[in-house]
Amino acid sequence: MSTPSISQDIMTNLGNSPGISLALFLGGLIGAVAFMAIAGLILIYAERKICAHFQCRLGPMRVGWHGILQSVADTIKLLMKEDIVPYAADKFMHALAPIVALAAALMTLIAIPMSAKITLADSNIGVLYISAISGIGVLGILLGGWSSNNKWSMLGAMRAGAQIISYELSATLSILAIVMLSGSLKISTIIQSQEAGWWIWRAPVVGLVAFLSFLISSTAEVNRTPFDLAEGESELAAGFHTEYSGMRFAFFFLAEYLNLFIVSALGATLFLGGWMPFHLGEWTMFNQIMDLIPQSIWFLGKTSFMIFVSMWFRWTFPRLRVDQLMKLEWKVLLPIGFVNLLLCAFMTLFGFYFFSTTTRGF
Amino acid sequence: MVKTLEDRINPSSTNDSVLSTQEYFVNMGPQHPSTHGVLRLVLKLDGETVREVIPVLGYIHRGMEKKAETIGYRQQIHLTDRLDYLCSVMNNWVSAEVVEKAAKIESNERIQTIRTIVAELQRIQSHLLWWGVFGMDLGAFTPFLYGFRDREKITKIFEDTIGARLTMNYIQPGGLMYDIHPDFVKDVKSFLTYIKPLFAEYDGLVTGNIIIQERLRNVGIMDAKTAIALGTTGPVLRASGVAHDLRKIKPYGVYSKVDFAIPIGTVGDCWDRYAVRMLEMRESVKIVEQLIDNVPEGKHLTMKAGAKIRPPAGVYYEEMETARGIFGVMINSDGTEKPSRVYYRTPNFHNIWSITKISPGGRIGDLVAIMSSLDIVVPDMDR
Repeated sequence: MSTPSISQDIMTNLGNSPGISLALFLGGLIGAVAFMAIAGLILIYAERKICAHFQCRLGPMRVGWHGILQSVADTIKLLMKEDIVPYAADKFMHALAPIVALAAALMTLIAIPMSAKITLADSNIGVLYISAISGIGVLGILLGGWSSNNKWSMLGAMRAGAQIISYELSATLSILAIVMLSGSLKISTIIQSQEAGWWIWRAPVVGLVAFLSFLISSTAEVNRTPFDLAEGESELAAGFHTEYSGMRFAFFFLAEYLNLFIVSALGATLFLGGWMPFHLGEWTMFNQIMDLIPQSIWFLGKTSFMIFVSMWFRWTFPRLRVDQLMKLEWKVLLPIGFVNLLLCAFMTLFGFYFFSTTTRGF
Repeated sequence: MVKTLEDRINPSSTNDSVLSTQEYFVNMGPQHPSTHGVLRLVLKLDGETVREVIPVLGYIHRGMEKKAETIGYRQQIHLTDRLDYLCSVMNNWVSAEVVEKAAKIESNERIQTIRTIVAELQRIQSHLLWWGVFGMDLGAFTPFLYGFRDREKITKIFEDTIGARLTMNYIQPGGLMYDIHPDFVKDVKSFLTYIKPLFAEYDGLVTGNIIIQERLRNVGIMDAKTAIALGTTGPVLRASGVAHDLRKIKPYGVYSKVDFAIPIGTVGDCWDRYAVRMLEMRESVKIVEQLIDNVPEGKHLTMKAGAKIRPPAGVYYEEMETARGIFGVMINSDGTEKPSRVYYRTPNFHNIWSITKISPGGRIGDLVAIMSSLDIVVPDMDR
């Protein structure tokens, strides 16, 4: 985010000096929207380049240096395209759906801290807020699929609804493990609690299991291969956005990539320490060297890594079948999640994790 | 119960219980990404479950057989390119062979060897393309590009010798259109050394993948009896456990001189159809390897180019094993320069009907996998 030093906690600052805080908040919002647009463009470009190199080709090369402006050109094209609404569609809902999908992504984005300073909203129920708001995104998909009045769209939307709601459970269970370990729902506190080390390795086994479970279920939540059944172009034409064109299609597209960014950022924040540099317990010298790298670089680096893994999945795996998808969630991931949560509770109770003394008392 | 399509599309619901699902119809195609062209399938669905599949053909009917009757024996070869465009040389071969048999045009060893090599290269090419598309139908994009990358090498060889990349018109009655390019043998050899390690790469990317195996195993099972009853041929039939391959049963070309195996399946599911094709590519590599080192010397055309062909009156039929099954050409000659009746027995037309038997009960995803495992080419069905 380009806007520097936004207040850490809007609510308290609003109480202190309303004028300045409001200005900061609005500036932050504009910053978030700008960030959203730019991040979407960069992610789409990155995906096309990464996928191209996985597939032994070059990808976009013509617009700008190594095709760097390709996304901009595509956006202009999409803006200028005719916006076609099916004759029998529910016009209002059809128009509303992409906005709902994008708004959900944007609302989630403001709760994720990029560094100790760059934090738009640090609510004391941050994790709960993110889980709740990201669930609204599925509403946009369902609405879009239903209002298009097309059976393929409807099938895609129903698939998406069932899939996202199911996988939300596993994602929430793995998030709960971290909430339990760090003892807080506030995202800044969760990051602070990883000062001695990231939860993925500090909580033996449970951290890793929770991370993997989160990785799988978050991939499913953002509808990416191997869980892209909602779009499944070889099965459902284009799934829920079959009947969308022009900028409305672009909204869905952008929301998809922003959701990818959000789940990657959330995974990086909860399991890989967010903006917290790589620390090792009380090795002060080592920790100080690591602190020299700016926090936002750590955050963006970890997020980029998570995004890269997700893209790697996408360009390697085929798609699951719809019943296999449900089986994986309800018969495999969910039981593992519950057992993991139980183990995590014991671990938290008895302090069975690395460097437990340094972080007690949260 | 129901007789016409219209009856099916307006089902009268007699189920009045409170909690009930209603079966509904959707059109898959003629414009759909996984129907490989303009095939239309009318699906009767119950939620995600497929209850009935009705293939509707005719969207790319071009009257090929009638066209073949209005032009000469020599010209009708060019039409066969446009049937199964991925097996164009093999199709050329059948229609040239039937004319040769009818008009007693002699051939020589060089012609037969080159025909066999080119046909086997095309079998590899066709299976590579199928492999890529199969991956894409299952949701994996990368195999598509890998398949096309390696297919391109064969296409380049064909381009050098034949001058075309897809519809090749290479084989004609009495020989070949052109002799092989001076670099043909060298290029084919370097291709063989290139492709052999790649089979392991394909297996690493797709075959060994757990999702692929889960998607394919025990999906779309077709037993040998059904496969024979439906008239399926080629890899689809062999996957059901019937070792029927015309290259072995009725050897043509120089197949009787080479050593190769016929991979057959055991269960007849999508996985077997996948495995049979993957193994067939390796066998084709073996065949080409045995032949490429000693292509006999001789002429590439035994008769005067462009000479009129007038087979004696009678009915002639010839069939061969293409990458998708048996392609047969029947010619009814009345002694003139043009056939009085031509019939093409195309493999895909017979293979596609198995979809009505094996896909009900599966999901939409299964249907796509089954359709792709049958390796359909729509212009071949409609002719």
